[in-house]
Amino acid sequence: MRRTVGVAAASAAVVLVAGCGGGGPQSGGDQKLTGDKIVLGVLNDQSGAYSELSGKNSVTAVEMAIADFTAKYGDKAVTKDITVETADHQNKPDVANSKAQEMYDRKGVDLILDVPTSSAALKVADVAKEKKKLYFNIGAATTDLTGKSCNKYTFHYAYDTYMLANGTGKTTTEQIGKNWYILYPNYAFGQDMEKSFSTAITAAGGKVVGKDGAPFPNTSGDFSTFLLKAPTLNPKPDVLGTMQAGAELVNVVKQYNEFKLRDKGVGLAVGLMFLTDIHSLTPAALAGTTYTDAWYWNFDAKNREFADRFQQKAGTRPTFAHAANYSAALQYLEAVQAAGTDDADAVVKGLEGKTVEDVFLRNGKIRAEDHRVVHDAYLAQVKPQSEVAEPWDYVKVLKTIPAAEAFRAPSADCKL
Amino acid sequence: MSGFAQNTFNGLVSGAFYALLALGLAVIFGMLRVVNFAHGAFYMLGAFGAYVLLTEAGVPFWAALVIMPVGLGLLGMALERAVIHRLTRLDPLYNFLLTFGLTLILQDLVKLRYGVQSSPYATPSLLSGTVNFGLFDFPTYRVFILGFAVLLCVAVWWVLTRTRIGMVVRAATERPDLTRAFGIDVGRWVTPVFGFGIGLAGLAGVLAAPMRAVNPLMGADLIIVVFAVVVIGGLGSIFGSVAAGFGIGLVQAWGEAYLSNFPIVSQTIVFIVMAVVLLWRPAGLFGREEAPA
Repeated sequence: MRRTVGVAAASAAVVLVAGCGGGGPQSGGDQKLTGDKIVLGVLNDQSGAYSELSGKNSVTAVEMAIADFTAKYGDKAVTKDITVETADHQNKPDVANSKAQEMYDRKGVDLILDVPTSSAALKVADVAKEKKKLYFNIGAATTDLTGKSCNKYTFHYAYDTYMLANGTGKTTTEQIGKNWYILYPNYAFGQDMEKSFSTAITAAGGKVVGKDGAPFPNTSGDFSTFLLKAPTLNPKPDVLGTMQAGAELVNVVKQYNEFKLRDKGVGLAVGLMFLTDIHSLTPAALAGTTYTDAWYWNFDAKNREFADRFQQKAGTRPTFAHAANYSAALQYLEAVQAAGTDDADAVVKGLEGKTVEDVFLRNGKIRAEDHRVVHDAYLAQVKPQSEVAEPWDYVKVLKTIPAAEAFRAPSADCKL
Repeated sequence: MSGFAQNTFNGLVSGAFYALLALGLAVIFGMLRVVNFAHGAFYMLGAFGAYVLLTEAGVPFWAALVIMPVGLGLLGMALERAVIHRLTRLDPLYNFLLTFGLTLILQDLVKLRYGVQSSPYATPSLLSGTVNFGLFDFPTYRVFILGFAVLLCVAVWWVLTRTRIGMVVRAATERPDLTRAFGIDVGRWVTPVFGFGIGLAGLAGVLAAPMRAVNPLMGADLIIVVFAVVVIGGLGSIFGSVAAGFGIGLVQAWGEAYLSNFPIVSQTIVFIVMAVVLLWRPAGLFGREEAPA
């Protein structure tokens, strides 16, 4: 819709008129923004396991979005007073709950962004619903955000368990092998991933010959029992699918290599992996592993241009979560600009059903039915060390999964 | 059969880490009556030190295996002299709080510099293959860890039982007041023993670097199990800590392999064992009951 500034300005004017005609809840008449400013809140893990894949660098990404927005509209911008509030939710649902309330009520936050960890993400969705304020989730994977826990003010932006399972499960079954052994951390996220993968594998004509829930957190750090079991199953699995994340994923992969499972004919597929995980493990440890990525920094010139700017500010290459935070903040500001107000209901109205194209969202569409933001996803493979030409360029994209196929159809459980 | 042997072997490898850490905790507790909560942090420093030495100075694994335990042992001695020593006469809770605070500081300092993401550390090339045991293949590195840990435990046992220093340490561990009465300067041995315990933790950390995720929280996760091990073995019992270390490694591995249909049991088995042992023998398997006053 907004490929040119002209179109953008025209549509902005239309929505602006519509917004005014509808008569917003504001009584001030001229005052279109609460407090004459926009406040974006980044609520995520700033010191724990997920602080590198999103964390403080997500704040940097949001600041970049504000700078780009201000540069684009200049004096025509709805306001120049756009600030960022941040808080650390420590991946704890109760902390996320109270921080979200504090952000909306006392810090004047118009939009909460990010919120990794599914259990915490769901809590914040409840708060957004209650306060009638906007919430773009980026960091969490659970499909419940657009399923039974969906609501009018919550949008799920970057990825979800269905996207991961559908991409990796289906393609790996078709291209590498039909028989799977699934190893998952035995808690909400892992169980959800296991179900999504099993469904995708079976649908693609594959078979799950074995699955095990490993203790979570795995205090001993040892996964060898499961790794030893894999090649002894009958029929022998072609693929070990690991759903572990972060440091546990590192442990599984290190031990997978130690027991030389690849030499024994058991390939490796990873449920959820971020660029930072590959960096930790080194491409050598993961060479040939396939996984589904929501975005990759060196995919094309546009991504690379963003990644270069990001690196100047953050000192590292962006993960897909960073790019998604940038995109989400930018699209929110565009929506406010178009609506001429930060009134949540008016902004939601402008967002629903909108097609969007930016550095993160390719063929993007904000679904009105369940607020799932759909976009192209990518089946990626880790390069062998010898092909890594520059730092952080660890992946080649095997195939683009079109937006229409990448995400599930709107769920019947979701009633906005 | 080969499955059982492999799981047993793995349990012993996990147990080797528990044993090395528990042994250090046991000698420190015995000599100083200090429950060293910072033990996990020194284990982490051992692994991180190996990583930093390799990436910043190109120091290989084998050199790190010597440098880190010695370096951390010296750091431990300095720490004992500087702070821990001052609190030993007070309620044990003070040193508990001190070492706990120290853990948080050390973890966050490492986090500040290296972040929470795990750092890569490759297995030394000499040990990267597998050994064929007839029934099954096993990673060479794991065989090395097991052999090395057993040797080390035997060496410590030999020093403690066959040398004069060992006799002093054992005597001072069991009855410090009586040992002093015999004219032996117990205080002289406190600092080196503390350093030795810390050195063992650092050594375990270096050994863990190639096979575990190297990150600031790696020790915090492990130390909880190690405390259970020490309690099961009997607080302050040197033999007990080693035996319980290997034993718990085995129980955990077998639990994961054969009780996987009961995840609740296999995940908590260490603490179930601990509860049962405490009910049956409140001083631990090899601990001596305190004589009623």
